[in-house]
Amino acid sequence: MPTDVERWKSEVYGNEIREHLLEFAEQGWDTIPEDERDAWFERFKWWGLYHQRNGQESYFMMRIGTPNGVLTPGQTEVVAEVADEYARGPAENPIFGNGYVDWTTRQSIQLHWIKLEDIPEIFEKLESVGLSTQQACGDSWRNIVGCPVAGKDKHEHVDALPVAMELNETFKGNDDHSNLPRKWKVSITGCREGCGQGDINDLALEPATKEIDGEETKGFNIRIGGGLSRNEPRLARDIDVFVTPEQAAEVSGAISALFRENGDRDNRYNARIKFLMDEWGAEKFRNVLQEEFVDFELETAGEDLRSEYSYNSGYANGGHADHVGIHEQADGNYYVGLNVLVGRMGVDETKELARVADEYGSGEVRVTQRQNVIITDVPEEKLDALQDEELLDHYSPDPHPFMRGSIACTGTEFCSLSIVETKNRQVRYARWLKENVELPAGVEDFHIHLSGCTASCAQPQIADISLRGMKTRKDGEPVEALDIGLGGGLGENPNFAEWVTQRVPVDEVPGAIKNLLANFEARREGDETFREFVARTDEEDLAELVEPEETSYEDPMMHNTKRTWYPYAEDDSMDASPAPTHADGTPITSDD
Amino acid sequence: MSVSLRVLDDGAWVSVNDAREVSVSELWRLDDPSFCGCELPDFVVENVLDVGADGRTVSAKVYGQCIACGHAGVPGWVPVGRLREGEFVDIDRERVVLPVRRGDDDE
Repeated sequence: MPTDVERWKSEVYGNEIREHLLEFAEQGWDTIPEDERDAWFERFKWWGLYHQRNGQESYFMMRIGTPNGVLTPGQTEVVAEVADEYARGPAENPIFGNGYVDWTTRQSIQLHWIKLEDIPEIFEKLESVGLSTQQACGDSWRNIVGCPVAGKDKHEHVDALPVAMELNETFKGNDDHSNLPRKWKVSITGCREGCGQGDINDLALEPATKEIDGEETKGFNIRIGGGLSRNEPRLARDIDVFVTPEQAAEVSGAISALFRENGDRDNRYNARIKFLMDEWGAEKFRNVLQEEFVDFELETAGEDLRSEYSYNSGYANGGHADHVGIHEQADGNYYVGLNVLVGRMGVDETKELARVADEYGSGEVRVTQRQNVIITDVPEEKLDALQDEELLDHYSPDPHPFMRGSIACTGTEFCSLSIVETKNRQVRYARWLKENVELPAGVEDFHIHLSGCTASCAQPQIADISLRGMKTRKDGEPVEALDIGLGGGLGENPNFAEWVTQRVPVDEVPGAIKNLLANFEARREGDETFREFVARTDEEDLAELVEPEETSYEDPMMHNTKRTWYPYAEDDSMDASPAPTHADGTPITSDD
Repeated sequence: MSVSLRVLDDGAWVSVNDAREVSVSELWRLDDPSFCGCELPDFVVENVLDVGADGRTVSAKVYGQCIACGHAGVPGWVPVGRLREGEFVDIDRERVVLPVRRGDDDE
């Protein structure tokens, strides 16, 4: 039997949602009939709007899709202006204030506390510079990710940016692909370092070379069915197909159509293409694709470049593990990758980012899958002055490894699924670790990813240390806790972290990391990386090396932050919530 | 009186009559020693899989784990609230022992 979501989608979905959205915006949030709210909130996701959690009714998270993470000149300024004017909530975050921009692990942008009534103005401002929220959420082609310095990078095998943009143009608002069984995450990269992270996407196009008609042809191999969510992580599987850049859109569309026709619409937990791949296997998948969805004979896979992959790999093979720092582009200019701790940047700093990018570079800003930003096209003679900018004091191109390696999802601050507070906690962790823990000599890349639940938005399974939200009891009282996993990473032979220690109270996690790193240093062989150390150590031994303990670190958010209307409010009880509110923020009462 | 019961937002909520009533991340004390061997599993809810009503009792199927022993899985149907004249009445799930009803489709 089709699910409620499928029924709602069959009634209204895709582009047509917009006119309803704008009508509700005109009339006010409280005019959405109560018995239709579930359906409309589900549909609004397709236009990038996600109703915030309990206690925050009538407020939305807005996601803006920036294909391949590229913000063209002028766009960053508008994002900052929109955040400044419309993304301020009824309470302040103690670390980030009120009004901020989240750069996400899928190279997108998220704003919070958005009011439905402001949507028409916001859309107008965003669209005036070519930005869009279309398909940023919902069951369709999500924001396309890739190497964030595509077209600029010296390490490029093939420039995938025009293909990423072609895919975006072809499949955004395309009625044939707007209603898929589930979300559809696509990665395309031509870079030699693996920074498209194709292995954890539904559809991955990775750089390859194939001899066709006697000629060495550059293009992409295709992998299908990666993803991290729901305790069911999968690496994308090689389906033995090579496409040229010219064929990429057609074959990608064929694969999307295969998913549309064969994905499970009866069970959303079984709907992602990774489960279809489980059922079919790569060989059958290729056969069905060839026989039913593609009109020409598919080439077999070409020679890939996976042995060179370094991004987020946990291996020190000489390549980049991220895009932080100052790097020369192919054209002789430089790109400057700035570290944004947990991906959150205040509106004033975002305005500064736009100004600095314009003054020293081309005005373009790019977003990475490690929640960081890049200023591109900086001439060598401007590098010194750029580094003197105050913005770079806070968003450094040369940060401490604990700052550089930290990623966190949204968490219980706004998210319905999360079990624990995340972004602020990861900031506290990183600051404490920086002050109190020495990394073993030569370790410059050390990734700690904190995800509030098994949805894995912070990509915890591919970090050196993976942290995942959980609960436990401490002194008999329920407290927020984290599972600790070790040794995940991508690269030539990706693997997911082993969850070696479960349910560690959140105030004992920094001590656990400190002890673990001391144990790593004591047992380290030569210059091996942490991932290499984990790979050669038994799981039981690893668990003994974690040793959680209380330290000088204090956690102010041990309680059930999900039971608050906003964890940082002075009175955080659900009864104190002002929501739902009118457009001006005044509470909607039963008298309204 | 018809009552609308749904699972919303990728399993984050049980929705009753279009109001989000039961959330993941709660700790429930289950009367289900067969789930993990603990006498009263101390169960954290990670995902709501299904919701249904049996008479006036609203029950949910959820994925989660016992935080005492770490066993993860899906217990049977767990009562999460009652319907009174069509209205959902919450029970204090974190403080009472919840009986678990196992059906034919349970493991």
